[in-house]
Order: sequence, then C-alpha cells, then structure tokens
Amino acid sequence: MKIYVCIKHVPDTAANIRLLGGTAFDETVKFIMNPYDEYALEQALQIRDKEGGSEVIAVTVGKESAAATLRSALAMGADRGILVKTDTYFTDSLETSRLLQKAIDIDGSPDLIFTGKQSVDTEGMQIPFRLAALFDLPVVVNVMAFSMAGGMVTVEREMEGDVREVIEMSIPCIVGAAKGLNRPRCPTLPDMMKAKKKELKVVNGADLQIPKPIQTVELLELQPVPDRGRGRILKDSPENMADELLRLLRDEAKVL
Amino acid sequence: MARIGVLIEEKGGEVKKTNLGALTAARQGAANEVYALLFGDHAEACREVLQSYGTEKIVAIKTPEPKPSSFPEVQAAALCLAMDALCLDALFGVAGQYGKDMLARVASLKGAPLVLDCLEIDFSSGIIKKSHFSGKTTATLRLNGGPWILGIRPNIFPDIVDPRKAEILTYEAPIQVSKRMAIREIKHGAAGGPDVSEAEIIISGGRPLGSAENFKILRDCAAVLGAAVGASRAAVDAGFAAHAMQVGQTGKTVSPRLYIACGISGSVQHFAGMKTSKIIVAVNNDADAPIFGKCDYGLLGDLFETVPALTRALGPVRSK
Repeated sequence: MKIYVCIKHVPDTAANIRLLGGTAFDETVKFIMNPYDEYALEQALQIRDKEGGSEVIAVTVGKESAAATLRSALAMGADRGILVKTDTYFTDSLETSRLLQKAIDIDGSPDLIFTGKQSVDTEGMQIPFRLAALFDLPVVVNVMAFSMAGGMVTVEREMEGDVREVIEMSIPCIVGAAKGLNRPRCPTLPDMMKAKKKELKVVNGADLQIPKPIQTVELLELQPVPDRGRGRILKDSPENMADELLRLLRDEAKVL
Repeated sequence: MARIGVLIEEKGGEVKKTNLGALTAARQGAANEVYALLFGDHAEACREVLQSYGTEKIVAIKTPEPKPSSFPEVQAAALCLAMDALCLDALFGVAGQYGKDMLARVASLKGAPLVLDCLEIDFSSGIIKKSHFSGKTTATLRLNGGPWILGIRPNIFPDIVDPRKAEILTYEAPIQVSKRMAIREIKHGAAGGPDVSEAEIIISGGRPLGSAENFKILRDCAAVLGAAVGASRAAVDAGFAAHAMQVGQTGKTVSPRLYIACGISGSVQHFAGMKTSKIIVAVNNDADAPIFGKCDYGLLGDLFETVPALTRALGPVRSK
C-alpha cells in the first residue's frame, strides 16, 4: 500500500507566541511536528509494518525550516519525505490542500492518506476534508480507533459527550487522527542517524502550478490575547470559601 | 439583505441550545434573512423555537436515502444542493463535533471559504475573528469569494429573541446516494454528560486528583452546577480522565461562562484552551501556582475539601 501522511511543522504548544506586528511572529521558538500528526504517522507505520510491500511517505507544505519536522517523521519511521516549499508561514487552507494534492498526485497513487485532525497553530480543521474533495475520497476526522480488513477501513470517531461513532469506508480513503488513536513511537538515536540518509525531496510550491484560489480566507492580522491579572484569592475554611465564591459568582460576576 | 442558511441540530424535535446563538449570529441584527436547514421530520416541532429566534424559513431537507444521519457524505451533498437551490449567500452552524465535520464537508465540496470556531463575525465586511494558536492569539481574517461557511464557537454569541412567523419549506435533494462511507454504530462512553466544547460551565481536574475514581468529586459538583467535567493534559496522560475531556491546545478549546480549574497549575497550553472563558476560578493548595496570577477568583485550599464544600453550598441539583 502507498500511505501518505500529511504533517505540519508548528510551534511547540508549550511556547509563548510573541507577535511582531501584522501576521509575523517570533519563529525562533522551538518547533515540533503537529501533535495530532504523530498519531497519524504512527498509524501509517503500523499498517506498513503489517502489510508487506507498503511505503509511508510524509508530506508537508511549509517554509524551508519545515524540513526539520520531515526529518523527525523519517526518524519515526517514514520511508521518504516531500517538502512543498512556500515563502510564507501561513497559507490559505484551500491553497495548502491543492499543493498537497498535486505533490501526492505527482508522486504516486494513494491507498490511504492520514492527517492530524487539526493543526495546533491555525486550527482550521480543513485539510483532510479539502483533500477528500480534491481526490474525491471518503474522509473521517477525529479518529480514535482504526482497523482495516477486506478493502474496508473501520474507524471510531469521537463525537460530543463521550459518544463514539463506528464508521466504515472503502479504501482509498482519508483519516484524520486524534489523540488516543495509538501511542506514537519515540525514535532512538540510530533511528535518527538512519533518517539522515533517507530521501527528502524538496519541491517548490510555485513549480506545482496549482490554480491560485480566489475563494480564500486571508489572514490580515494577529493580536495577542492578554492574560487576565491576578484574581481575588480567598483563603479561609472550605465552607467559608465555598459560600463566598458562590456569592461572588452570583452577585459580582453574575455567571450563576 | 443576504440570505443565510443555518444548519440546525435537533433531537426528537428539540433544537440544541447552542444553535440559537448561530441563528442570532446569522441574523446580524436584522440585516439578514435566516433559513433554518434541518434533516428529518421535525420541522414542525422545531418551528416555535426557530421562529422566536428570527428564522424566516424552515427548510426540511429530504434525501433519497431514508436515513441521511448515517451518511455524512449524503448530508453534505444535500446541503450543497439546498444552498444553491435557495440561493443562500452563506451557511452558518455551531462548531461542535457534528457542525465542524458537516460545515467542513460542505465548504470542501463547494471549494468555499470556511472559518470554524468564529469569535466575531462582521458579515457586511466579511471580517472574522478567531483564535490562532488556541487562545494565545486572535486572528483577524477576511473572506474572499463565496459562499461563506462559518461555524461559531459555542457560547460566544448570545441568543437573542426576535419573533417571526416562519414558513416551512421542503427541499427534495436530487442526489445520487453514495454509500462508500456509513456510520454503523453509535457507542456511548462512560463519561456521558454534556461535551466540554459546548458546555456553559466546566469544572476541570488536574493531576493532583490522583485517580479516575477521585474525579467523582468533580462529577458530583458538576451535577449540581449543570456543568461538564474537563481535565488537564497531565490528568488525561496519567489515565485519570478520557481524552474527550481534555481541555487545552492539544485537547479542546472552550469558552464557557464559568471555568473552574481544580488542581491545575495553569500551563501555557492549558491556558490556550480555556483563556476565552468568561470567568475563571482556580482551586489549588499551592499559593504560588501560576493559575492564581491569571484567574478571576482563586480558592487557596485542598481541592478534596474545597470542591465537596462547594457542592454542598450549591445545595440540591438545580434544574437548568
């Protein structure tokens, strides 16, 4: 099977985002593979290890620096990587999905495409769906369990209030991974050394000549969200604190 | 005046409460004409509540597939056709688990601009605000082209009564039914209760809870508050709480009216997920916990004593 995994190079969730005006932010913070993409990649690797003759190809759209996250994917076990290089950090999701689709289409014919359920930076939650429309494939996102048999994939997706839906779809298809799907492996030092020798192809996004979308969501500006200040801290017996809190929530904050 | 479709989620004729905020957001004062779109046979049962929140037309969408709720692709294709047939300029919905999925399917089929988890919508200029990097930054976005597909963040848009007389239309979607994907079963998990992403009140626990069993003190308090129970990443990773309950940048981003964090010190990634809450209360026995520096009210004390005291003070279970 040819399994493609779309991954994204994003700032660590523990990092503070320092804004530099307009849409710029301090990109010297630590970057990681988008956490949900780790579950996507792990699932792909497990399938490859079971199904003979399979290949896992990690694909990303991003600036040159995103190659580091592709190397992490190769260290985890992906066979090859493709970086579709863009000049800007933020790209419209329709454009990103067209770039991914074109890059995958040139490379081969996918049996499965995995993505994370969303990225932790722009949180657009669009790429798996847009890819599905472009490839005309079925898609399920927010997947927490996966199995495959007889040309069909069975997944469980999380819905609200701890409800899960069991969904069947035919292969080829697209799966958006959520936390809980599996336990992503940690690469060892030898894995990392081996990853340096694996193929990492860099393609210029502009060379893919995708139609420039007109229907876009354009990022105009990023603004910081200030933290609220130090709250009113109560220190008393549990009973007194509980009574005082309820009074404050009812009379002052008016949220009860 | 634009014509806006609103994707309605109902169960047995009862419209989900967060949908009313979507109706209000779609109306934009009285600037737009609102079409409530729903699947199934409950249009009449939903009429009263929909029309009292400014709905002009209720559209019951029928498909050749008798049970479209089991076929997300069928629903999405039918919505696309309904939007064209009714000449809708935009489709609004609630960015809950169902809404996020369906709105993204519709936008992708149409190649249309989509923003989920909208915090502010200025429809006339096409300017939207939403969080980027969870709650760490706010992004200002401009929509180009159309139609626009917008999912509102639950609990951010107030629901405002605006009585109308709504007419019920039926739309038969002429679609080819594809069955390459189908929902086979619905499983109800142990956690139950309201979902954190749509709850108006959330009480969350961190690692100091110490075990899954100890989350009971939060569930007891949640029952009297009408709240959902959430958890920090540390508590989820320790196996004390289900993944579905995780609040934070790698869990759910929430905006409840009241967020009560118990034994949560307040990491950057946790704050990113709950910063847009209206009121944040922290319960912690560590006076130096960072969360006390970024909350509205703090209770310095042992959560195992403080939370039950709060539950008792709230009294018997209240009806909402």
